[in-house]
Parts: sequence; structure tokens; C-alpha cells
Amino acid sequence: MEKVECIVVGGGLAGLAAAYGLARDGVEVMVLERGNYSGAKNVTGGRLYVRALRHIFPELWDDAPFERPVAHELITLLGDGAATTVGLASPRLAGPPPQSYTVQRARFDQWFADKAAAAGAMVVTDMKADELLLDGDRVIGVRAGGDEVGADVTIVAEGVLGLLASGAGLREQPRPADHAVGFKEIIELPAGVIEDRWRLNEGEGAAQLFMGEVSRGMTGGGFLYTNRDSIALGVVVAMEQLRTRTDGLESWQLLDAFKETAQIKPLVRGGTLAEYSAHAVYEGGADRLPRPWGAGYLLAGETAGFALNALVTVRGMDLAIASGWAAARAALAARAAGDSSAATLSVYDRFLRETFVTAAMQAGRGVPRAIENRRLFTEYPGAVARLLEGFFAVDDESQATLLRTSLRGARREFLKIDTLKDLWSLRRV
Amino acid sequence: MSEPIDRAPGHDAPASETPGGAPGGAPKQASGSVDAKLGADVFKLDTEPHIVIDVEKCRTVCVQRACLQVCPADLYELNDQGDTTVNWEGCLECGTCLICCDAQALRWQYPRGGCGVQYRMS
Repeated sequence: MEKVECIVVGGGLAGLAAAYGLARDGVEVMVLERGNYSGAKNVTGGRLYVRALRHIFPELWDDAPFERPVAHELITLLGDGAATTVGLASPRLAGPPPQSYTVQRARFDQWFADKAAAAGAMVVTDMKADELLLDGDRVIGVRAGGDEVGADVTIVAEGVLGLLASGAGLREQPRPADHAVGFKEIIELPAGVIEDRWRLNEGEGAAQLFMGEVSRGMTGGGFLYTNRDSIALGVVVAMEQLRTRTDGLESWQLLDAFKETAQIKPLVRGGTLAEYSAHAVYEGGADRLPRPWGAGYLLAGETAGFALNALVTVRGMDLAIASGWAAARAALAARAAGDSSAATLSVYDRFLRETFVTAAMQAGRGVPRAIENRRLFTEYPGAVARLLEGFFAVDDESQATLLRTSLRGARREFLKIDTLKDLWSLRRV
Repeated sequence: MSEPIDRAPGHDAPASETPGGAPGGAPKQASGSVDAKLGADVFKLDTEPHIVIDVEKCRTVCVQRACLQVCPADLYELNDQGDTTVNWEGCLECGTCLICCDAQALRWQYPRGGCGVQYRMS
């Protein structure tokens, strides 16, 4: 059996970060990517929070192919046919350095693969890993394309489904209750039109999240990110709720209906569909994570459950890159010790804690329970709109002061036991 | 094993009643059915299906038929016998059907290396 020091299953962001971190320190590392190129199988919403990543690969980001720095954050509540939008434009978002950028994976992952290859990693495309090779409970390599390749450490970064990892018993099979499905269209629009529609300075970008009618009562929502010459428009909904619907609604229809709403239609006018994509996403929170290390292996990225939907911030790619970095550190420690036992590789936990991955997942611990509450997606968007409609109403009844209108509206819409309970439950988001 | 077949954007949508995007990769308006959406994507067809339905399990164990409504590419259909079929060629490889299938009636793997959907942007 051919042997290398490290094998990385999956040439996405977690796998490439691991490979880059290893190759840079002289480790012989082979990445197996099943797509024609890195990014060919990947889908993001897509925004990458990059500020904290600058600490872990400081040299890497200067020539990264970002789309636009996000200078404008928007949240839109859709209810009762109305839309309430809260927007923030701030120099603290836009930078320099910017907090986040919109990205497209095909371009971004290929750039990262080139970085890993330049550092000395062997990135093999068109190559699917078929299974992990086990010796007892120890992972000793992979079978891929009819060949077996051995490794001291195998880093499994195969994405959210974790087919190889669960096949080898390293984690559970994915459950509908812990996952959402997202689907999106990339719609091409000229850069100038994008900047006009979202009122952006040249080159800057916007991120807009939508809650309410878009998800038809399910946990989820819509998203819109501006790329350089296109926008990414999509919907994410909880799988368990989608799969148990009895009204015949099919998932993909949600996006078409969303596009036909009065809020979205003028934003995509004149645009051309360039791509349609779909992906599962882990939303099970910190309590359902597998132990991401064991004899001869490390789990990184979403295979380890590193993804977090906290309603107004949605993260995955930054956690993938940081966990890949930590996995590389752990594999380096195993190499230095000449031992890749579970005990030695458990140092991965410490390296994860040195990044923001552990803290982010812990901080988001209460999120899955809190966002299961469907009132967030059904009642409140409409209630907010009705309250504001009170402010703006002019009719022939005697006019109340703004203060009286707000107090009356707030009492009517929000002073209920359920609402107070819901507010309390949201303290962990 | 034969080589995968390239399908450029604008291919006929897989095994569906309405044809997909316009021929020759002409741009399509950003609206319409799921077939028009899939017509915008690049697929490299595998020679063998990567999703196989265990018809017996599907008939006897499954009550939900969740696959019919969860698939973002709308690939699952009932045939004249009332059995579930899948047009695997247009699969976006998200795995939603696999996760949602209660009956564990799907033998689901990724297409062979180099095959299946190849996103150019996403």
C-alpha cells in the first residue's frame, strides 16, 4: 500500500486549510477532491467572516479573490404582506479591514487550492475517496479510485453529509432535525446596477437576510448577497419541518415564490440566471457534535459540525478554515511525537480552543432550541409591520401622539406572556 | 468504464416533461420552473446512477415519501405503479433526500470522481 504522511479527504475550505498548514511546515500531504476542481461541489450563502481569520493565516489573504466587502447589513421582516427593513451601514463593517466579504466558492476554493499546492501539498482532483480504511478503531488511510493509500493521520473534511466518517462509525448519520437545506440562484446583474439598488459605494457589498413569510412558517428564511457582477438569492429551511409538511409544498417552490414577492422582484429585475445550487447545512448546535479526533484521524469543517446559524449571522466557512488550521497543528504535534494515537491527537481540542471555533459553537449552544420557535417566523414579522403602520397612519380619526400610538401598539402586539417568554428564549442567540 | 459525458449549460433538463434552458447555453430569464434552473448548471454525467431506490423498502416501510417534496431539484416522481423513481442525472448532491428518507430506502453515494454537478460559481 502506498503511504503518505497525511491524507485530507475533501478539497474544500477545511481540507485546504489543513493541507496548506501542513505543507507549509514540510509535511507530505495529499488532498482528495471529487470535483473537477476545488469548489466544484461547494455552495455558500455566501459570505466569509474574515476578520478573525487574519490572525491564523496572516500572510494568506492579500490576494484572495473576494467578491465585495460587506459594508451594508440589512434584515428584512416579511409579514402581513409588509416588509420592515433594518439596515446598518458603518465604517466598522466596511473597514479597512472589512469584517466580511461575499465570496463564490468555485473561484475562492480554487485560489486556496493553488495556495496549498504552491506550499507543497498534492491536490488530486476528480478523485472521490470511497471509504476510510480501518485497523480496529484506528483509521489507517483511504480507499479511492480502486487504490488504497495509507497515512499516519487522515483528516476527514468531506463536508456536511459525512458519508465516510459515519460509514466508519466516527460520527452519527445526519438527522433531519439537525439540518437545514438551502438552495440559491446566482443572478447576473451589472456591477453599477447592484451598487445603485443597494446604495453602495463602488466595489462595496451588501448582505440582506429575510425572515417571515418566505419560509412559510418553517424555521428558516431568505438571503441575498451581492457579488461583483451577480447576486446570490436563496432560501434555507429546516429539514424536519420541510419533510413533514402535508400541504404538498415542494422545497424549490419557496425560492420561486420569494422571487415573485414585491420586495424581491424589483431587486432582481433584468437579471439573468447563471447557476442554481443546493446544499445541506448543519444546524444542530454544539450539543450534538461528534468528538472530532481519534486514533489516526481528525474531523474538520462541517463533517465535525462546525457551522452556526444565529439568525443575523450565519457562519461556516470561517469555522471550516479555522478548524482546518487546528487540525494541521494537531497532525504536526502527532508527527513530532511520532505517534498518532487518539491521546496524542486529542491536542486538536486545545488548538480548536485557541481559535474562535470552540467559543463560537459554545456561544451558539442555545440557538437551535430558540429558533425552533415558529412564532419568530410567523407572528412577529407581521406584528412589527403593524406597529410601524400605526406610526405612519394618517386617517380621519383623532390623532394620537407618537408616544401613545407606540405604547398602544406595543401593548397590543407584544405584551403577551408568549412574547415575553420568546424574548427570554432569545437571550442565547 | 466509459468517460463521463460533458453537458454544457443549456442542456435538456434530465428526464422531465418540460425541456430545460434554451439550446446553446443562451441566457434564461431568472424565473421559471426547476427545469430552467437546472438548465443553467453544468453536469458531467456518470455512466451509472449514484442514487438507487430500494423499491421494496420504499413500498413497504415508507409512509411519508418525503423525497417527493424535499428535493431542491425536484428529481423524485411516482410512476404509473405508484413507485418512487429518481432522475438522478440532475442531482445537486445536497443529500437532503438521504437525510430525510425514514425508510432508509436510498443507496446514495456521491457520483464517481469528476462526475456530477460542477458548480462554476456557487
